[in-house]
Amino acid sequence: MTEGFKPIAITLENCGKTFADGTRALHPLTLEIAASETIVFLGPSGCGKTTTLRIIAGLETPDPGGRVLFDGEDVTALPIERRRVGMVFQSYALFPNMSVAENVGYGLRVRRVAGAEAAGRVAEMLAMMRIEALADRRIDQLSGGQRQRVALARALAVRPRVLLMDEPLTALDAKLRDALRLEIDELLRRLGITAIYVTHDQAEAMALGDRIVVMDHGRVAQVGKPRDIYQRPSTRFVADFIGTMNRINGTVRDGAFVTAAGAIPWREAPPGASEALFRPEDVTLDDTAEAHLRGRLTAAFFLGDRTRLFIDVGMEKPLVTETGARRDFTHDEPIGLRIDPRGLMAL
Amino acid sequence: MKRRGALFWLQLGFTLFVCAFLIVPVFLSMMAGLTVNYLTGIESGLTLRWVGEVWSGYRDTIFLSMGIALACLAGTLVLGIPAAYALAKRPTAMTRAIEELLVMPVAVPGLATALALIVTYGAAGGFRTSWTFILTGHILFTLPFMVRSVLAVLNAIDLNTLEEGAASLGAGFTQRFFHVVLPNCRTGILAGSLMVVTLSMGEFNMTWLLHTPLTKTLPVGLADAYASLRLEVGSAYTLIFFLMIMPLLLALQAMTRHVR
Repeated sequence: MTEGFKPIAITLENCGKTFADGTRALHPLTLEIAASETIVFLGPSGCGKTTTLRIIAGLETPDPGGRVLFDGEDVTALPIERRRVGMVFQSYALFPNMSVAENVGYGLRVRRVAGAEAAGRVAEMLAMMRIEALADRRIDQLSGGQRQRVALARALAVRPRVLLMDEPLTALDAKLRDALRLEIDELLRRLGITAIYVTHDQAEAMALGDRIVVMDHGRVAQVGKPRDIYQRPSTRFVADFIGTMNRINGTVRDGAFVTAAGAIPWREAPPGASEALFRPEDVTLDDTAEAHLRGRLTAAFFLGDRTRLFIDVGMEKPLVTETGARRDFTHDEPIGLRIDPRGLMAL
Repeated sequence: MKRRGALFWLQLGFTLFVCAFLIVPVFLSMMAGLTVNYLTGIESGLTLRWVGEVWSGYRDTIFLSMGIALACLAGTLVLGIPAAYALAKRPTAMTRAIEELLVMPVAVPGLATALALIVTYGAAGGFRTSWTFILTGHILFTLPFMVRSVLAVLNAIDLNTLEEGAASLGAGFTQRFFHVVLPNCRTGILAGSLMVVTLSMGEFNMTWLLHTPLTKTLPVGLADAYASLRLEVGSAYTLIFFLMIMPLLLALQAMTRHVR
């Protein structure tokens, strides 16, 4: 039931975007997206991720010199209606004057697909998104999650060459978001379609992306697999934007990073590093005399399966770690910490 | 059930009084058109004679008014919907200024607009004596109502995203306009149509200056009848006016409600 999708590779060449009022939404960007790959553009609002998506879609044209290639074919001058893409909008953009089935079949109608074939394809899409029972409903009778499914079915009904999604889950509540995220992931793998996904939610990006493009102020900050981006952020912005990052100031001396709160053994420390970064999961509690760092507890949030601890070590911000220890923590109690040297970074 | 207090009855009484104040003259006027002699009163008997006289003497004004109202509706639809669409599509300082300018013919007294039309086009003989001269005035006057009500609906729906959605599915401009834009602003179109037809049918102010003896509309004929003929004839005229316009308005209103 999922035949007919022919994934394509997409190339962006020097695609920049300057708006009429002179603001630079996007600095020239070059990127290769492989066929069947799921790429996630991630960043805070105004970072240029939606502009990039709209350039790929054909809703914006890049500044002169920029080119968009679909499988090597230059589509820069083609408007969206001639690019054969599927798009899911943040507000879904479903047509209120049509039923669910009419919405899903609209792309087939404008492409003059014969009635019987179109009806079959609509039924197939409704079944794929498990919304057959909603076929005759009006759009204003649907919940947010149902609208999202209709939007996906509608975008996929025309067998697009690439599926573009602009913050598709942002309007939904957390539980539904998780369920649909799983479903979208499963769908993308099954269809093998090239997919481009825009979000400001790093958990969504990590879960869905084969690769993530982290963007900041109209520039690409880093491109890589989710694990690379998390474990080896290339800029301070990426380190802070993805997950939680601890920072501590000090100096490198004799194979250790010496700070006011203690010394962390760090043989591969880059000489001259004045700041060490590490993730909460690389920190363990250590009550013995061998603890690397010592500080005082400023807050402890019991989360059920674990406790999130904030420890003041005399830096600008407290260090963060999580522990599964089955005990109570009291404010201001002294805490010893051990840092896994494999998790240490300097930027 | 709670007993209704004095205030309720007072309010009901007042409401009924106001209704009566408004409806009784209408009713009396309609009755006058059916009375043999108004001065003698209803005892003189009922007759359709006056209605018949109006029908034979002023039939043309009724059809002209309806024709102008429908032509005016067609004109405002053709001009107003694209105008509203253009204004909604790119909200800039200039389009806002245009929107304000469009309302001018409503603010300027009809007599002034009519005079301006006569001063400008009065010399164009064929045009001046044709019913299209009145139509021009009516379109000028009613266009803002169409533009405004369509624009209000277009601004309430997320027009750009809907169009982008349609475009992403392969729809070109014409398809987007007819499949998505028009159907989604039909409540505004119907509300505007109701307004335009009503205003055009009843317009007197401007039409009184624009008309010629051969292009008399219903309201102008009505003024004529009241001014120069028996009161009974004028009243019979009012009666016919009601009978013609009420079904039209009710039908339009029912359509608007049905669509919502």
